[in-house]
Amino acid sequence: MLKRHSRVLAISIAGMLAITLVVACSQKEETVVVQKEEVKPVKIAVVGPHSGDLASYGIPTVRAAELVMERRNALCGVNGRSIELVVEDDVCKPEIATSSATKVAGEGVHAVLGHICSGATKAALGIYKDTNLVAMSPSATNPALTQSGDYPNFFRTIASDDAQAKLEVEFALGVLKVSKIAVLHDKGDYGKGLAEFAKGFIEADSRGEVVLYEGVTPGAVDYSAVVNKIDQSGAEAVIFGGYHPEASKIVSQMRKKGMTTIFISDDGVKDDTFIKVAGEYAEGVYATGPMDTTNNPLAIEAVEAHKKKYGEDPGAFFLNAYAAAQALINAVEKSCSTDYNDIVNVLRNEWVATPLGIIKFDERGDAIGVGFAMYQVKNGAYEEVI
Amino acid sequence: MNIDYFFQMFLGGLTRGSIYALIALGYTMVYGIIQLINFAHGEIYMIGAFTGLIVAGLMTLSGWNSLSILVIASMAAVVYASAYGWTMEKIAYKPLRKAPRLSALISAIGMSLFLQNYVLLAQTSDFLPFPNLIPEFKFLKPVEHIVRSSEIVIYVTTAVVMVLLTVMIKFTRMGKAMRATSQDQEMAMLVGVDVNRVISTTFVVGSATAALGGILIASHIGQINFYIGFIAGIKAFVAAVLGGIGSMPGAVLGSLVLGWTESFFTGYISSDYEDVFAFLFLVFILIFRPSGILGRKETDKV
Repeated sequence: MLKRHSRVLAISIAGMLAITLVVACSQKEETVVVQKEEVKPVKIAVVGPHSGDLASYGIPTVRAAELVMERRNALCGVNGRSIELVVEDDVCKPEIATSSATKVAGEGVHAVLGHICSGATKAALGIYKDTNLVAMSPSATNPALTQSGDYPNFFRTIASDDAQAKLEVEFALGVLKVSKIAVLHDKGDYGKGLAEFAKGFIEADSRGEVVLYEGVTPGAVDYSAVVNKIDQSGAEAVIFGGYHPEASKIVSQMRKKGMTTIFISDDGVKDDTFIKVAGEYAEGVYATGPMDTTNNPLAIEAVEAHKKKYGEDPGAFFLNAYAAAQALINAVEKSCSTDYNDIVNVLRNEWVATPLGIIKFDERGDAIGVGFAMYQVKNGAYEEVI
Repeated sequence: MNIDYFFQMFLGGLTRGSIYALIALGYTMVYGIIQLINFAHGEIYMIGAFTGLIVAGLMTLSGWNSLSILVIASMAAVVYASAYGWTMEKIAYKPLRKAPRLSALISAIGMSLFLQNYVLLAQTSDFLPFPNLIPEFKFLKPVEHIVRSSEIVIYVTTAVVMVLLTVMIKFTRMGKAMRATSQDQEMAMLVGVDVNRVISTTFVVGSATAALGGILIASHIGQINFYIGFIAGIKAFVAAVLGGIGSMPGAVLGSLVLGWTESFFTGYISSDYEDVFAFLFLVFILIFRPSGILGRKETDKV
């Protein structure tokens, strides 16, 4: 490795880009035709919500991809090819995601980092499958995306919802020792899926019962009716599947009404925007989120790089996105190819060191080596509790 | 279920209904005068809330007490949103007054999207925390659990606005001019009514009540973003149609009926179908009483 890098470096100083490529790929003994093709940059699409009310989930992924790209490009890219990002906004809406997917597929990208929301991801995956593109999401947690087997081209660096729902239920019944639980969701793909799993896990467990199971209308003027209903149901804890705008409204209305019911939610709520908006009412709220990786040197490095470039702490799913970008680039590098089959092969069989730990992907596309932890808001910040 | 729960649902519905009513008044007044469905009206409500947020933020920084913040922020919201309503009428609807009604309707939808995106760019797409402008009082034991002070402020404000508007329409010169204009614009012009001024006033008054609704609900819920006007606007429009569009008591009644329908369906059946029930109810009313609950019989409008 060292020898190769120094050779590449020396030649690039001489400014002979074409030869760099030959050197880098010479180990694989590619034909001349392939080398000609590979002068083109490796294009990676980054698709997610970059505007709209869920932009705080999408922007960190773009930044992660930019950081990984800049670092790799500074080191002569992948096998001498530079990396180029194609950034596309899907606003987390399935109907926009399909046109974004068609657009990036048409621009000849080699892999997709995204999408962010499960609904949008599901809508886009069919298009990627038809065009032989690998898509890797840092945040889409709907179990069916991998478990249905419909999308062999899909990978993710985050554990699926059922893992999250399982942790939430285990935590409520085992650690907090509550027995009456109200399960709510926002009627969306992500929130409802998670709530259904939670409901199933509680019903299968003799320690607790579901006293209320309902969907709330996102964007409604006020949630007092649902909040009264929770109060009336006698629930000791609420498990909410959904995103932070609804969660902060429900929690605030509950607390203003003087209810002390425990509130447990998911990584759609484990976001600093939630704490900012709900303010003092966020205190004590539990939310699951990806395991704490603050001691991983690669994670520390990635976060430092983010702070240096953007002047602030990274947002939601940043490390998952960083890991996904690294896994994709690693797959292109190790296989010395941008072919669908080669990339998939490396993703499934080769371990790669990322800020999330050393990971590879199982047959279904779920990352081996990542999972969830439970967090709680204490003094205006999320802290890991188990 | 017990009576306590029923009252909670009743008051929750009343809160929603009051907010819908403050917005629906603008819809119904504008429709009554120029037969235009002003789809950008929900955005005026949102702009009122944002103005309130900005003014309250500035005043908190300079250390004012909460009551004066509430009063001045509400006044600022009312004035600023009214200015928006006035300008909107001048640039988007007045040039189209003689054009087919569909043109003005499309102009309204365009205005709505423009204002949403303008606020999105000028502010942010994130949800923003809204300060609690109305101090929370602790009530005595039996009602403590049922009602909050911000809800009482909402009910009282809505009631006062209703009374003031009724007085204005019934007894002032402007009210008389408004009634004349709504009956026959050309005839009103012939007898010396300044129709342009009447229409402008209608937009200003409608925007003012919507802005009040915006700032009150934002303070009650504690958060806003650029999109809140859309859903509230649609609901208020439905309420206005339900009550009989063009009729002011109808708008209030329709709003309360819609608020209670939503609240009681959520409370006693399920919030999964909250909107389904609310709109089913609308369909039934319109089938059996096409002009709305208190509407006049006019079939040739939009």
